[in-house]
Formats: sequence, C-alpha cells, structure tokens
Amino acid sequence: MKTIAENENWDLVIKGHGPLFDLKISEVWSYRDLLLMFVKRDFVSFYKQTVFGPLWFFIQPLFTTIIFTFVFGNLAGLSTDGLPQPLFYMAGITAWNYFADCITKTSTVFKDNSQIFGKVYFPRLILPLSIVTSNLVRFGVQMLLFIGMMAYYALAGGSFQITWAVSLFPFLVLLMAGLGLGLGLMITALTTKYRDLSFLVTFGVQLLMYMTTVIYPLSAAPERYKQLIQLNPMTGIIEAFRVAFLGQGYLSATSLGYSSAITLVILFAGILIFNKTERNFVDTV
Amino acid sequence: MSIAIRVEDLSKMYQLGQIGTGTISLDLERWFVTRVLRKPDPFLKLAEANHRAVKGDSNVVWSLKDVSFEIERGETVGIIGKNGAGKSTLLKLLSRVTSPTKGTIKQKGRVASLLEVGTGFHPELSGRENIYLNGSILGMRKKEIDRKLDEIIDFSGVERYIDTPVKRFSSGMYVRLAFAVAAHLESEILIVDEVLAVGDAEFQKKCLGKMEEIGKRDGRTILFVSHNMGAILELCKRGLLIETGQIVKDSDVATCVASFMERDKHRQPSERTDKNGLLDLGRISINNEDSYQIDNSSPFEVTVHVAANDIANATLFFIVENAFGQSVVHKRVSSAEIGHSVIDGDLTLQVKVPTLWISPGIYTMYFKAIAPAGSWSGRAFSERVSVEVSGQAEASGKAFMNPSVTWSMRSDEVKVPAKALVI
Repeated sequence: MKTIAENENWDLVIKGHGPLFDLKISEVWSYRDLLLMFVKRDFVSFYKQTVFGPLWFFIQPLFTTIIFTFVFGNLAGLSTDGLPQPLFYMAGITAWNYFADCITKTSTVFKDNSQIFGKVYFPRLILPLSIVTSNLVRFGVQMLLFIGMMAYYALAGGSFQITWAVSLFPFLVLLMAGLGLGLGLMITALTTKYRDLSFLVTFGVQLLMYMTTVIYPLSAAPERYKQLIQLNPMTGIIEAFRVAFLGQGYLSATSLGYSSAITLVILFAGILIFNKTERNFVDTV
Repeated sequence: MSIAIRVEDLSKMYQLGQIGTGTISLDLERWFVTRVLRKPDPFLKLAEANHRAVKGDSNVVWSLKDVSFEIERGETVGIIGKNGAGKSTLLKLLSRVTSPTKGTIKQKGRVASLLEVGTGFHPELSGRENIYLNGSILGMRKKEIDRKLDEIIDFSGVERYIDTPVKRFSSGMYVRLAFAVAAHLESEILIVDEVLAVGDAEFQKKCLGKMEEIGKRDGRTILFVSHNMGAILELCKRGLLIETGQIVKDSDVATCVASFMERDKHRQPSERTDKNGLLDLGRISINNEDSYQIDNSSPFEVTVHVAANDIANATLFFIVENAFGQSVVHKRVSSAEIGHSVIDGDLTLQVKVPTLWISPGIYTMYFKAIAPAGSWSGRAFSERVSVEVSGQAEASGKAFMNPSVTWSMRSDEVKVPAKALVI
C-alpha cells in the first residue's frame, strides 16, 4: 500500500494500524512552535493573578527543606554524610521534585487534554514534552535557590565541594526528564481505560521517594537493602547529583550506566505505548 | 483536476460492552441494569440506532462502514445526515483525531480541521496570546501567525480587548476571536464541523461569507458538515448523504439535500392547544403528492386535511417560515369567505400559490386555524413540512413576500364545487 501512496505523492496516508516502531520524531519537530507555546502557557498561567508570582517556585522546596531538616535531621538524626543538613536535603528535593513533577504531570496528560485531543490533531507527544520542558523552567528556578544556598554555606564555612562531576549535570537532567517522561507516558496510556492508576501515582511517587536516596545517603543504608535501593534508577542519578554539587555520594560508571540504560528502555517503551494508545484513546477516555 | 482526498473502504468500529466501556464501575452498572433490573442494556440501544451496522449480537457497532469516495482539489463538499449517521466520525477520521478500524485515507496538502471553535483557548491568557496558542494548535507556524496577526485581529473586531485575558471576554467576542484565527489558516483542505451553530446571525453570516471566499477565491477544498440545509446549499457544490454509517447519495448538492429531505420527510406532526378535538388540521400534500421541492418560477398548490365539528367563524392561515423560524409568507382567510361559515366534517383546504420568488433554501410550511371564543376556542396547527425551494429569485428581479394566493375548501363527503377566493 505504501508504495502506491508514494507513487501518487500523497502527503499523508491514514491507516488503522501504523508501523509499531514509528516514533514520529520528525513530525514532533515540525510542531516545535506549538511546544514552546504550551510551555509559555503553562508558565504564564501559573502565576497569573497570584501575589508572589514566580516566587512560588521557591516557596515549596524551601519549606520542604526546613521540614526535612527538622524531622529527619534533628528528630531522627539521619546521617547526611557530614554535609550541612539543609544543603543535603535541598539537593535531593530539587532533583527529586523535577523527576516527580515530570511523572505526575505527564501521567494525566490524556485525561486533562481529552478536550483538545478530541477536536484537533497535532502530534500528541508535544504535550508531554511541553510538560517536561516547562518543568525544566521550574527546576531551573529551584536550582538558583539551591545555588544561592550553596553560596551562603560556602561563606559560612560549610564543608562541601563542587567536583568535576558537575559537567555531568546536563546529562543527569536529561536522565531525570527521560525517566519521568517514560514512566508518565506509560501511566497515562493505561489510565485512558482504567482511571484507578492515577490515584496510585500520587502516593506511589511519594513512596518511591523513600526508596530513593533523597532523605538519606546511600552510604547510610543498611547493607542488605543497599542493592534494592540501587535497583531504583533514580538512586544513581540523585547520588551523582550530590557528588557533583556537594562532593559526597556514590558515583560510578556502573551506577550511572545502569540508570541510563533503564531510562532509555523506559523512555522508548513509554513513547511506543503512548503512540499506540494515542491513535484511539479518544474513543475510550 | 487532481485528487485531494481519497477514502477507501473506510470503517470505524465502536465496541460496546465489557471491552469497550473500560472501567469496572461501568461494567458493574451495566450488569446491574441488565441482570438485576432486567431492563434493556443501555449500551445496546446505541447498537440498535445503527441497526444496519450491528454485527450479530456481539455488541459491535459500525459507526462507518466501507465508505469510499474521492474529493478533487477545490471542491466544496457538504456532508449531511441525521444525528448519529456517522458524519462526525468521518470528520474525526479525516482530521486524525481518531484512527480508522479498517481502510485508508489518503490526503494531498495540508489539512486544517475545525471541529470546534476556540480549541485550547486558555482563559488566563490575553487575546493576543491565545491567537498564538490557538493558531499553533491548529498547525500554524509562529512566523505565519506573526504575518497574519493584524489581519486576524482586524477580522475578529475585538481589537480593543486584545490584551485582556479572554476570560473577561463576552462569549460573542470569544467566538469571534476563535473563528478569526481559524479563518486565516493556510491549508489546502479545510474540514469544518457544525461550528457555526454558536454565535449570532451576523457572526454566522460572516463565517459563511469567509468560507465561501476561501472556497471560491482561493480554490481550496472544503468539507462542511451542517444541519443548516440553507448553508449547505449556499456553500457547497457537491453533497454526500450519510445514513447509518454508509454513503447513500453522492451527487450535486441540490439533489443530495432533496434526497435527504425525502428520506427524512421532515414532517412534524400536527398539534392543537386543547384536548377536545373539535378542530383538527392534518396531513399536508404539495401538488397532490409527497413532494418536497418547489421551483421558484412555477405555481404550486398545497392542501391540508381538515376535520371539524361545528366550528363557526374560524380563521385559517397558510404560513411559510424560513430556517430561522421567521414567517416569509403569512396568508389569512376566514372560513366564511370561502363558503364555510361553519366547518363541519372532513374537508380539504387548498391554497394555490402562483409563484413564490423567495431565496432558494429550506422552508417550513404549515396551516394554522383559530376559532373565536364560543363552542370551541383554541388553535390548531397542521403538520409542518420542510420543503426545498430552488431557482434563483434574483434572476426574475422579483421577490414576493406577499403573493396573491387562491384559497378554497371543499367537503370530502359532499361533492359540491368549491368556492374559490383570491386574496
């Protein structure tokens, strides 16, 4: 069929079943303006009619850090590898928040946008990508807060150091985005039929945080659980993040390689499942 | 002429019941309704509506079944059919909102579909920002919108509010802005669903005018779904009539619309304001047959069956309304003037209209009777019949809003010559 279509120069052939491994990347690229437009929409509509505006981006990680420092640092007395407690927690929270936001926001993308999806066609992948991108803006703002805090502790004489691993930072962000996006895409594809999963996501992500080295360092984990915690691909990423900015943590080619491999597999599978669901989800959502 | 769209054996199946409904709660609800209450399955009703499409008892509905057609570049095609016939499914498939179960669609050129006005508008964003957002959703590049921004704002006529969040817009301004964006899409193929139903008459006219311009001047391909037969006749050259998921007529638009009216009959039953049944107006026939077409240049007669029980001094009306429910022809006669000061028994009331000379389109005809207070006081309406008027009124240079009609009434039982009256 395809050869005939090519002979007759059709611009588009719509069929019931497309090729399985069509990631539609070129089509997404041609709609890049729309992606930016969605990012702008998310960003502008976030702080319209608020008093503090973009300041809200700071407030959430700041307060979480204070609470974590109080509960896990002071009351529970968990180890922070000798790092200043607020810095240790904020590093984990900033990185984790980005990943968690990517998952939770993309996991409802079909449900939230069924109105638009039901009326007009554009490559559906644009919306989850725009979510990941606009979260990146938020993450960037929170990184500024983190860097400000680092500057404060540097002046106050806190013991930490930035290492060469900082050069891995863009790669780490990419991994978090890919992992969050991939998982979110899988979940949203499944929630088009069974909404139950969307309830699972909210507290599932929260539970997963305790399985990741956000509030404790990997070095403080009991030996027999260490392997289990390292199975979580986010552990390698967050540990590498701490090594990069604070000089403490666990970073090896194996741990980061493992995280990258898992991320790639999940992202690829997520896009495939998403593209498969996207074709007909309007009928079931 | 090259072909812009080719559709081959296009089918869309909707699965009902356990697999298709999805959530467990719906499945439970269905089980409760059918097993515990022993009522008919609510999901099966859908299947019955598409009766021809039911595949055994397997809860499968073909919303579209083996549809094939070709559309040439520059054609304006009207798609008509009753609710649930499959029009919107076809448009959804053509605009890639959902994918077909079987068959293929081949398209040449960029497709813009307008299944709804203002898709993706964000209430917090300003009018200008929404132009960019909505334009991008519809497939425009940013450069393209930059270039057309002034034109779009100008067409919308909401220039003064363009930097205000659209949530503060009146609904009319909102729709105007949304359509302005859509009207400036540069696509070779434009797919438009019944989006004109919203908005006031002025807006509808403006939209139709713009679409006509797009079709005629720019030579672009337009697919248009509407229940407004007047708009279809005005805008389109070719018609596709869809019934239970299949194309039953593919011809020039006038034939297609006429065929739709024949099939659908468009007869609404007669009614009256009291329950006693002393005066009834019944079935209408035009030129003594079940015709639904009237030519502007030729005379026609309309008859209605009257059943009455000693009604004195009744006033009879013959009314033609346009698609908006406004009377175009409104003729009146008292029963005494046509020789029946008292109406009794079964009779036939006839109106002869020499020529109508009104704009081509779909009109509704009916009779009305009013009786003064006394033995019976009330109103009776005959059935309403939709007719298609054809032939250009402009060509004659005449437009009769008040044609001289000839009334007559004769009893169905006694064969006395009818007394005619020209008013």
